[in-house]
Amino acid sequence: MTATSPNFDVSTSSSASSALTSKHLKDKLFHWGLYGAAAFVLVLLGAIIVLLFKGGFPALQAFGLGFFVSAEWNPVTEQYGAAVMLYGTLVTSVIAMLLAFPASLGIALFLTEVAPVPMRRTIGTAVQLLAAVPSIIFGMWGFFIVSPLMATWVQPVLQAIFGPIPLIGELFSGAPAGTGILTAGLILALMIMPFITAMFVEIFNSVPPVLKEAAYGIGATTTEVFKAVTVPYGRTALVGAVMLGLGRALGETMAVTFVIGNANRIKASLYAPGASIASTIANEFPEAGPGSMKLHALLELGLALFVISFVVLALARWLVRTRIEG
Amino acid sequence: MNIELNGLTSEPLRKSAGRDGAETKISIENLEFFYGDNRALHGIDMAIPERRVTAMIGPSGCGKSTLLRVLNRMYDLYPGQRSTGKVMMDGVDILGSAMPAVRLRNRVGMVFQKPTPFPMSIRDNIAFGIKLNENISKAELDERIEWSLAKAALWDEVKDRLNSAATGLSGGQQQRLCIARTIAVKPEVVLLDEPTSALDPISTARIEELIDELKSEFTIVIVTHNMQQAARCSDMTAFFLLGNLVEYNETTKIFTAPQDSRTQDYITGRFG
Repeated sequence: MTATSPNFDVSTSSSASSALTSKHLKDKLFHWGLYGAAAFVLVLLGAIIVLLFKGGFPALQAFGLGFFVSAEWNPVTEQYGAAVMLYGTLVTSVIAMLLAFPASLGIALFLTEVAPVPMRRTIGTAVQLLAAVPSIIFGMWGFFIVSPLMATWVQPVLQAIFGPIPLIGELFSGAPAGTGILTAGLILALMIMPFITAMFVEIFNSVPPVLKEAAYGIGATTTEVFKAVTVPYGRTALVGAVMLGLGRALGETMAVTFVIGNANRIKASLYAPGASIASTIANEFPEAGPGSMKLHALLELGLALFVISFVVLALARWLVRTRIEG
Repeated sequence: MNIELNGLTSEPLRKSAGRDGAETKISIENLEFFYGDNRALHGIDMAIPERRVTAMIGPSGCGKSTLLRVLNRMYDLYPGQRSTGKVMMDGVDILGSAMPAVRLRNRVGMVFQKPTPFPMSIRDNIAFGIKLNENISKAELDERIEWSLAKAALWDEVKDRLNSAATGLSGGQQQRLCIARTIAVKPEVVLLDEPTSALDPISTARIEELIDELKSEFTIVIVTHNMQQAARCSDMTAFFLLGNLVEYNETTKIFTAPQDSRTQDYITGRFG
């Protein structure tokens, strides 16, 4: 007994320690696997930046920073400038945000605070389904249905209302053609609205009920609770949601290509056709031969879009931080 | 036995509220409450005296918090919850349509189990409720903010950082801020729903002192799981069990000579 007992102890402790080593090894592997997964994101991001920068560099060399202010895009003379696309991208995205933000806020408030419970589910599901509609569907629908409606009903009315006002009237001048910057902005708004709404609903639902009750408890109405508690509580996430929507609007390609009109010029009127960075790349990429200046110019456009999205995100984070500290 | 006791307790107690000179502030008459089809309160009759502290005790799920939420109609926010019977405050049925919930809650404030600072500065937390109901000058507003923070024994600790975020305060400070916010709108009744259950003993002691000071100006109703707390701070105590008001009497009597054996069992810790 005394002879076997130490033996027994040794064998268990060695098998236990080997089990421990194998467990430890697995844990290590898992640990490094996770590091690898995270590193992949950085590698991917770096690879994209390198490709865009390398591909766009010849264009940057040829046109310098004038590339971003020149409105000329002429494959015949090999003169390329991005001003039209930058303008188109930014203006359509801003229109989209201006339309989508209040609408999303309203829908999300209705769904979380006002609507009866069965209706919440129905409309909530509809919103999520709408967010899943592919952008090319929005493009076709926008071209065949929304554009004619804009031309017949909306644009003449806006023209009649704002036309006589100096400066603002300029925005609504010109022939109501249906397609153009304004319609592109509207389609973008409709596309990102369900996306932003779905995120807003999540955010509003994450506000602790007791916090809302506390506000109701000192005599606040639904509107006041929403303004003073629900929105401030979720403001970080709300700004984040809006920025994600903006990011989608900036990069959206197919829907915009259908309705923006695809014209290489900047006009004061929002009815005028234009072009966005993404629509230009989509339209012209097939015609850009390998190694041609056009391809370099298109890649530099891509780099510009990348930088804009990056700046938007950085601005959002900075904005959120200063608002919280203030 | 039961019927006899109910007869004994509810009738004299309606008068007992006036026994030490206090008028009845809120008179609950045959109140029933339903969560959907579940009845959570059974025919409650109770008179809450003015400028006194009334404690509600009982095991979890006995209906005491439900009753508290009836008194400011917080249940209105949730579909499927409803009440029958009457709750008279100063001669008006506060459950009736004659009393809009928003106005009622302005007169009946509530402090919750967990501190609920709004996501804004300390000053704005207090100003929020005042601005909802009154249109007063900035000087008056500042004065009111100082008054309420001083009342809640928080002024000295926060006067130099009124503009910093309320969420940066400690738990006990946050709860006192919530009390300050509640009394800033000058309610007549203050409902406290287990206000110290999330706090440490020192913060709890401060809040209890505060309750004692506040009762000279406000009618206070407190729900608590802590029987010592009920015994320390309240003038009247109501014991609830399974949605019934078992016994309601002066606190000293409840804790020294309870008339119902179930009250006796609960306060001596035999169940609950």
